[in-house]
Amino acid sequence: MNAAFLATLSLELLPAQLRDMVTGWLPEPWRWLVNSILAIAVILASFGLLFAYLTLAERKILGRVQNRPGPNRTGYFGLLQPFADGVKALTKEDIVPRGADHLLHFLAPVALLAFSIMTFAVLPFGRNLVAVELDAGVLYFFAAGAATELAVFMAGWASHNKYSLLAAMRALAQLISYELPLLLSFVPVIMIAGSLSTQEIVHRQSGWMFGFVPQWHVLTPWGFAGFAIFMTAALAESNRSPFDLPEAESELIAGHLTEYSGFKYALFFMAEYFGMCALCGMAVTLFLGGWQAPLPFLEFIPSYVWFATKMLTLLLGFIWVRCTFPRLRIDQLTRFAWKFLVPLALINLGTTAFWSLTSGWTGGLQIARWLVAIALVVIPFQLIGRKLSAGLGPRTYRYA
Amino acid sequence: MTLAFLAIAFVTVAAAAVAMALRNLIHSALLLVFNWAGIAAFYLWAGAEFVAFSQLMVYVGAVSMVVLFAVLLTQRSPQSFREQPDSISRVIGALLVGGAVLGVLFGAVLSSRLAPSAATATPTISVKELGSLLMGPHAAALLIVGVILTVTLIGAVIIASTDHAESGKDES
Amino acid sequence: MSLSPLQLCLLFSSALFCVGLIGALSRSNTILVLLGIELMLNAANINFIAFWRFGPAPAAGTGVVFVLFSIAVAAAEAAVGLALVIAVYRHQKNIRLQEANRLKG
Repeated sequence: MNAAFLATLSLELLPAQLRDMVTGWLPEPWRWLVNSILAIAVILASFGLLFAYLTLAERKILGRVQNRPGPNRTGYFGLLQPFADGVKALTKEDIVPRGADHLLHFLAPVALLAFSIMTFAVLPFGRNLVAVELDAGVLYFFAAGAATELAVFMAGWASHNKYSLLAAMRALAQLISYELPLLLSFVPVIMIAGSLSTQEIVHRQSGWMFGFVPQWHVLTPWGFAGFAIFMTAALAESNRSPFDLPEAESELIAGHLTEYSGFKYALFFMAEYFGMCALCGMAVTLFLGGWQAPLPFLEFIPSYVWFATKMLTLLLGFIWVRCTFPRLRIDQLTRFAWKFLVPLALINLGTTAFWSLTSGWTGGLQIARWLVAIALVVIPFQLIGRKLSAGLGPRTYRYA
Repeated sequence: MTLAFLAIAFVTVAAAAVAMALRNLIHSALLLVFNWAGIAAFYLWAGAEFVAFSQLMVYVGAVSMVVLFAVLLTQRSPQSFREQPDSISRVIGALLVGGAVLGVLFGAVLSSRLAPSAATATPTISVKELGSLLMGPHAAALLIVGVILTVTLIGAVIIASTDHAESGKDES
Repeated sequence: MSLSPLQLCLLFSSALFCVGLIGALSRSNTILVLLGIELMLNAANINFIAFWRFGPAPAAGTGVVFVLFSIAVAAAEAAVGLALVIAVYRHQKNIRLQEANRLKG
C-alpha cells in the first residue's frame, strides 16, 4: 500500500518535478518567467497535437458512421493525415479580396485564436496543474470566451462581401443567444461551491457518498440539468453541428469564412477546436468533478489522466452528436435558446437555491429533498418542451 | 511597474483619440473596444481582478456587439461606412472646450496635495469579500441595478422594435 | 518632477475624459457621440479604482463596488441609447444629430 502510494505521488507530481528539473537552476526572478513560458509551451503543444488528432478522429468516426473508411492513405491508418493537411494549408495561396480591409482581414483569425488559447490558462488540468490560479477564474474564462464574438464580426466585415457580413450577423445572433443559457447554467455551481476559482470548485466536489459514489455536481438534480444545458449551449457556442448554421458548408459555403483561404482558414478551424476543447474542459471542471477519480480505488491513477479522459469523452460526444442530428433552422435555433434553454436555466437557479437551503435535511427529509429537486427539474422540462413542440408531432421519414 | 502603467495609459488614450478622429465608423468602434480592453488592463494592473474581467465581459463582449449592430443597422448602403466630415467650426469649438477642460483638470491634479496612501501593502479584495459587500451593505443598490437592467432590456426592445402598422409605410 | 502613482492615474483618466468630451462634442454621428459619453464614464471608473488602490482609505472595497454598479448602468445606457439611435434612424433615415430636431416623428 505504502509503495503504491509513493508511486502515485511521484506520478502525480511528475509534471512539477520535470519542470523543476528544467528550471530549478535558474535564479528566482527568472524562474517564474521561464516556468510561465514553459507552461504556455506545454499547453500549446499538447492542445495543438490534440487538435490535429481530433480532426483525424472526427473524420474517421464520421466515416465509419457513414459506412466509409475515412482518410486512410497518409501513413498507417491515416495517422499522418493531420500533418499532410497542415502542409496543404500552409502552402495554399492566401487570397485576400480586393476591397477587403486588409488589416482586419488579417487580425480576425489571429484575435480569435489568441482569445481561445487564453481560456486554457485557468483550466485545472490536474491536482497541481493550473497555469494561472485566479480568484475569479471562471469569470476570466467566460470573459475571454465572450471576446471571440468580436473576431467573428471582424471576419465577416473585413471580407467586403455582403454574404459574409450577413452570415457574420447570423453567427453573432446565435453566439449572443446561446451565451445566456451558457452563463446561467453554471451560476448554480458557483452558488453551491461559493467560489469563482476553478481549483476551489474542483475541491468542493471531492469526497464520496456511501463510500463510493463521487460527489460531483452532475450527480445532483440541479447539476444534471445545468450540465445538460451547458453542453447544449457549448455545442452552439463552438459552432458545432446541429448548431453549425454560421458556417453550414453545404448551404452557406462557410458563412463568414467564405473569403478566407489557406492558413488563415486553418487558423479559424484551429480556434474552433480549441474553443470546443476549452468548453469541454470547463464542463469537466464545473460539473464532472474536474481531475478527480470516479471511484475511490481508482485514485492511484494520476489526476491529469482523469481530466484528459473526461475531456476526451465529452469531445467524442460532440463528434457523435455531429454525425447523428440534422442541422436546425435559424428560427428553430433562436427559439430553442430563448424559449427553452433560458427559462429552464432560470428555473434551475431556483432549484439550486432550494437545494442549498435544505442542505441540513437528513433521513426521510433527504429523500423528500431529492424528490422535490427532481420534480423541479423534470416538470418544467416536460411542460415547456410540450408547449413548444405542440402541433409538431413526431415526424415519420419515409425514405430515410 | 510604473512603466507598465505608462504603456497601458499611452496605448489606451492613443486608441481613444484615434477612434474619435477616424472617419470610418467600424474602425472607430473596434478601436474603442481595444480602448475598453486597455482600461481592463489598467484595472488588472491596479489589482482589481474582478472589475477587470467584468469590464472585459460587459464592454468587449456585450456593449461592443450592440454598438457594431447599431452601426450596421443605421447605414444606408452597406458600402458607405464613411461619414461626411463634420463642420470645422464644431470641431474647433470642441477642441477648445476639451482643451480647456483638460487644462483645468491637469492643473487641479498637479497642484493639489493629495494625501499619499500610507504606503502599506496593496489593498486586495477577494471575490468573496466583494460578494459579501454586494449582498450586505450594498444590497439595496444591487436590487435597484437589477430593476434598472430589467427595465432597460424591456425598454430597449420596445423602442427598437418595429410596429407593424408603420413598417409597411417605412418600406415604401 | 516626481508624480505619485495616484496623480499619474488621475492624469490618465482626465486625458481619457477629455478625449471622450472632444469626441462627443465634435462628431455629428449619434453613435460616436454615445461612444464618447461611454468613454467619459469609463474615465470616471478609472478614478474610482485609482482612489481605491492609492487613496488614503483603501480598506473598504467601496471603490470596486461602485465601479461594478457603474459598469452595469453604463451597459444599460448603451443598450437604450443605441435602441434610440435605431428608432431615430427608422424615422429620419439618418443619424446625424443636427437633423434630429423634431420631437414628433
